[in-house]
Amino acid sequence: MLNYIWFGMMAISVIAGIFTGNIEAVTEAAINMAKVAVEISIGLIGIMALWLGIMKIAEASGLIRIIARGLNPITVRLFPDVPEDHPAIGSIVLNMAANMLGLGNAATPLGLKAMEELQELNPKKDTATNSMVMFLAINTSSVQLIVPATVVALMGATASQIFLTTILATLASTIAAIVMVKILEKMKRFSVEDAS
Amino acid sequence: MIEFMVGGMNAAAKYIIPLLLVGIPLYALSVKKVKVYEVFVEGAKDGFTIAVRIIPYLVAILVAVGMFRASGALDLLLNLLAPVLNLIGFPPENLPLALMRPLSGSGSLGLLTDLVNEYGAESMYAKIGATMFGSSETTFYVLAVYFGSVGITRSRHALAAGLTADAVGALAAVFFCKLLLG
Repeated sequence: MLNYIWFGMMAISVIAGIFTGNIEAVTEAAINMAKVAVEISIGLIGIMALWLGIMKIAEASGLIRIIARGLNPITVRLFPDVPEDHPAIGSIVLNMAANMLGLGNAATPLGLKAMEELQELNPKKDTATNSMVMFLAINTSSVQLIVPATVVALMGATASQIFLTTILATLASTIAAIVMVKILEKMKRFSVEDAS
Repeated sequence: MIEFMVGGMNAAAKYIIPLLLVGIPLYALSVKKVKVYEVFVEGAKDGFTIAVRIIPYLVAILVAVGMFRASGALDLLLNLLAPVLNLIGFPPENLPLALMRPLSGSGSLGLLTDLVNEYGAESMYAKIGATMFGSSETTFYVLAVYFGSVGITRSRHALAAGLTADAVGALAAVFFCKLLLG
């Protein structure tokens, strides 16, 4: 699917760019964003190292296992192909906790740690497992319990009004994500053998 | 009540990171006698490899997203979708943000700023926009980074599920804002 979407986005961009007269801006954006992508990745090194180091301590002290066990009833249903006491569950739970609290900086390293541990269980290394897709979908639907600081800064006093609406909307999108993953993972076109 | 909760949670959030940075090593050192410095360095080593591994995936996705944004294709999509969404009461003013949200974090923040400047933070457009922004993530970016970090290229149903969730989130933002704040 990503093959078509990725190519489609670029092809549509070039065609639309020609018709709207923005073709130079399209070229500039392509070159500029390639640079931005590297800057973002390099910028992640420090924060990644910090949280991965702290996570290693949490793991060595058995904290991750304790947390994972506490949320077992939920995680076995969402990630049935991950063994109950696997470290991936601990990382997944911590990533979600960080997301809920709006700690984006901590959430990404924890999420990538979880992906690494899920990859250990993956028999086909270039293809996402059901658990990986579930984890990703929950992440992209953003389980957030506080209004982001940027939004608070922008909205001022009105920010408190959108507190409840944000939680309800995020809840709706997370439920939709979980249901969609469960439905789609059974479809042949998305199966491990056939999907792209 | 809600003001109090928001204030309280934002105040608490300020302390969570420092507490984790100290609390986890404290527990490890005092209860389990873990050699915290050595173990930290061991874990931190992975930071570099993971960050570097993401680069090609992020270049691929961000270049496509950047081209799409610059081309004006979003405006064409807007014109196509606006009449349909009007039928279900989705304000056209909030459509650019809804379409931008899965593509770009900075882009959608810019659009939210526009809404606030244009209509004011008290307006329904700004409230819907802020709800949309807060209740969703940059799907394409997350996909590139998370799957890229472990070398997954065949993403299966991830994008379909992620984008459906984004659409449901955007519709829910409009619905709940109109219901509760209208």
